[in-house]
This record gives sequence, C-alpha cells and structure tokens, in this order.
Amino acid sequence: MNSLFTPLSWSDSGLILTGVWNTVIISVVAIVVGTILGLIVGFARSESNKVVNAVFGSLLDVLRSVPLIIQLILFSTFMGAAGSPLAPFVAGSIVLSLYTMAFMAEVFRGGFESVSPSMQTAARSLGMTKWQTIYHIRLPIGLRAVFPSWLGVSLSVIKDSALVSVIGYMELLRTSEQLISRTQQPLEILIGVGIFYFIISYPLSYYGRYVERKMAI
Amino acid sequence: MISVQNVHKSFGDLEVLKGVSLDVQKGEVVSVIGGSGSGKSTLLYCINAIETINSGKILVDDVDVHAKSTNKDKLRQKLGMVFQQWNSFPHMTVLENAALAPRIVKKMSKEEAMEIAKKELEHVGLGDKLDVYPTKMSGGQQQRLAIARALAMKPDYMLLDEVTSALDPELVGEVLDTLRLLAEEGMTMICVTHEMGFARDVSDRVAYFHQGVIAEIGEARQVITDPQNPLTQKFLSKVR
Ligand SMILES: Nc1ncnc2c1ncn2[C@@H]1O[C@H](COP(=O)(O)OP(=O)(O)OP(=O)(O)O)[C@@H](O)[C@H]1O
Ligand SMILES: [Mg+2]
Repeated sequence: MNSLFTPLSWSDSGLILTGVWNTVIISVVAIVVGTILGLIVGFARSESNKVVNAVFGSLLDVLRSVPLIIQLILFSTFMGAAGSPLAPFVAGSIVLSLYTMAFMAEVFRGGFESVSPSMQTAARSLGMTKWQTIYHIRLPIGLRAVFPSWLGVSLSVIKDSALVSVIGYMELLRTSEQLISRTQQPLEILIGVGIFYFIISYPLSYYGRYVERKMAI
Repeated sequence: MISVQNVHKSFGDLEVLKGVSLDVQKGEVVSVIGGSGSGKSTLLYCINAIETINSGKILVDDVDVHAKSTNKDKLRQKLGMVFQQWNSFPHMTVLENAALAPRIVKKMSKEEAMEIAKKELEHVGLGDKLDVYPTKMSGGQQQRLAIARALAMKPDYMLLDEVTSALDPELVGEVLDTLRLLAEEGMTMICVTHEMGFARDVSDRVAYFHQGVIAEIGEARQVITDPQNPLTQKFLSKVR
C-alpha cells in the first residue's frame, strides 16, 4: 500500500539525534559565550558611571525586550542582504549568544552590586589592592549570590534555542516538525521531543542543585 | 607614632573635620568618644587613607599618609582596622578569612599564612572555630574574627570603629575583653567607642569629639569622671 505519509521508524533516529545534538551544541555555545560576555558587561556596568550605564543599559534593554524570533530573522536577513549570508548555525549562535549575554549581564551586575561597599572597604583595609578585592571578594561573593539566576537563564536558553529553527537551523524542534509533516504523528513526536528537552536540561539543573547545596554554607 | 595635624575634611559643603590634631604614641590606647555625626569615623577613615583630606597632614611613622607618592595599600598593612559591621567574608572559613590577606598581600606561603591566622584566632578565642563558616557564628564571634583577621597582618596600630555597637548587649563583653587583652599586650589603638567604662578603664587617654573638633582630650579617667569642658560634661551626662 502506498501512502503519502510514512510512519515513524527506527531509521528516523539518526535525524532525531542530529536535532538533539544541534540543540545541545548551539545552547552550549550561547551559554558559554553569553556567560563570558555577560560577566564582562555586567562587571563594567556595576563599575561605571551613570552616562555609560544609560547608553549600555538601553542597548541591553533592546536585546532583552525584542522577541528573539524577530532578532533572528532580522539579523540573518540583514546579513544576507548585506551580501555576506551566514550559515544558520553561525547566525543563530551570534544572535542567541548576544541575547543570552543581555540577560546574563543584568544577572551578574546584580550580583556584583550585592557585595556591600563596606565589605570591600574591609578588604582594602587589610592592604588588599583594588584588583585583589575584586578577584578574592567581589567576584566569588557576587557569583554565588546569582548562581540560581544564572541557572535559570541557562535553562531558558536551551528552550529558546528552538527558535533558531526559523532561520533554517536543524535543531530538535525543526527536525520534529519535519517528522510530523511526514508521519502525521504529532502527538508521539511532540511528547518525544519534550522528553528530549528535559533530558538535555536535566544534567544542568541537577548539577545546579548540587552546586547550590555545596554553596549553601 | 600616628600624628594627625590640623586636618580638615569636607563632604561637599559639609565640613566634618574642622582642624583636628592628635598624636598617638607607640603603645598608647586612645579612645574617641562623641555624639553621632561628630566625625569620629571619618577621622579613622582618613588615617587609613580610605578617605582623602582637604588640608592638614597625617603621619604614620613619619610617612605622609595622603602624599601622592605614598603606597596606600602598603601603608594599610601597618594599620589594622575593625568596623562596626564585622564584614566576615562569607565564602571562606574562619581560618581562610584570617589567612587571606597574609597570603595574597604579604605573599606568604599557604602554610605560613594558615599558621599565623591560626595563632591569631586562638588569641581571640576562636581556636575551635577554624573550619566553621562565619555566617554560622554569633556577631561577637564574627567581630573577634574581624579582629584576628586584622591582627594576622601584624599591624603596628589598630583602628577600631565602634566595634561593639552592632552587637547584642550580651555579646559586647567578649569583644571588649579581647580589646582589653590587646591593650595589655601593648598594642597601639585608637578606639572610637560608646562604651564609657571601657574608655575609662582600658585607654590611656580619651578624646571627646564635638562637631568636627576635639573639644577635650586628657587622661582617660579624668575626662570620663571629671570632664573640664561643659560640652563634655553635657555629653557624658546624656550617655550615662
Ligand atoms: N561618604 C560620605 N559622604 C557624605 N557625607 C558623609 C560621608 N561619610 C560621613 N558623612 C557625614 O559626615 C558626618 C560625620 O560622619 P561620621 O561617620 O564621621 O560621624 P561619627 O562621629 O562616626 O558618627 P556615628 O557615631 O554616628 O558613627 C556625618 O554628618 C555624616 O553624615
Ligand atoms: Mg561612626
């Protein structure tokens, strides 16, 4: 019997695993790059004056308030129109990383600002230099304070990475959409994909809880 | 010797120190008393170069604290400071708190720094708390940690800013006892305090601050029990 649709089979697992892998890889890139940039920008923001902050702050506000899907489409369209089209992975990584950075920067800024000036004065009074105080006091205390928020941002990046499918990146959601249109088995596939997202996120939240327990001194 | 010479200090339009002079000899304990906002903390901050001054001079062992050429970080190693808030480093154990500055500022080996830190912690009666995190301790214990942390840098002087003011009344005694011990051992100290009994019994001299000037200074017992300046008399009658 010939049908327009072919049911889900084991031969689809390669496609699914590619989707899983692509979701993992773009999430890791965005979390790592976003964390590093966010640390730098967040620190600069906690240090700098009102003028710098106003300019920087509104830039971050734009990144955080324009929906990711719009940023993705605009950026990849723009690059294409400018004559240097980027591969979906590259364009997606750039946009998702910057988007992540915008959230991380505010998280880290809050952490650094939570370390009281008197704590830093106490450190300086022991003869510690400005940079020693930053490295040994402000950084570790600030990072601990915001670890749960960092974890929250990271977990949502994994979910947000699904949006990169709109510019043609073959991550988990897009592979599942392809399978659905071929098999017409949306229920099974969406449940399966949901489970995969959970499996991807779980190590991070498990590790996060472990770290939080270790830090809860 | 710490020599404060006609120091003026303003925050914007507000002149907080209006010509303060004070010499503290090696081995001497001077208590500074006075009303809220009279500039007591500011004086300590200026001595430690945490705050700048507008005019006058402060010498610590003949080094001009506020000269451009003075290495402030180096200078602060000589001047231990303890604040009203104990400011324990919450991410480190008690031992690590006290060993941090010797290790990173004085570049001691880890073992050497730990050794000194341990000795100072035993000194203030925290020998059984080395591996505890400070947030698990009482305010009095944390304040003694702050004292040990400062002592571990082997300072020549200690500047103490109302170190018992934020403590529950029942915890004040243990911290004052620690300071009394330091005084007996000959540590040079400037103590800003509201504890008149401590000022009278432990210090050599007492200075009464009033609106940015030292209104009266003299032998401790005399200033507390028989003040000469009517302002001092008024202040003491209120705090008693
Ligand atoms: N960084 C600052 N900026 C502006 N004003 C300040 C600053 N630090 C202190 N002041 C002001 O200087 C004055 C003296 O403050 P200081 O803390 O030296 O007083 P104090 O004698 O220690 O009082 P208290 O007993 O309340 O601690 C106060 O009016 C205070 O508001
Ligand atoms: Mg004060």
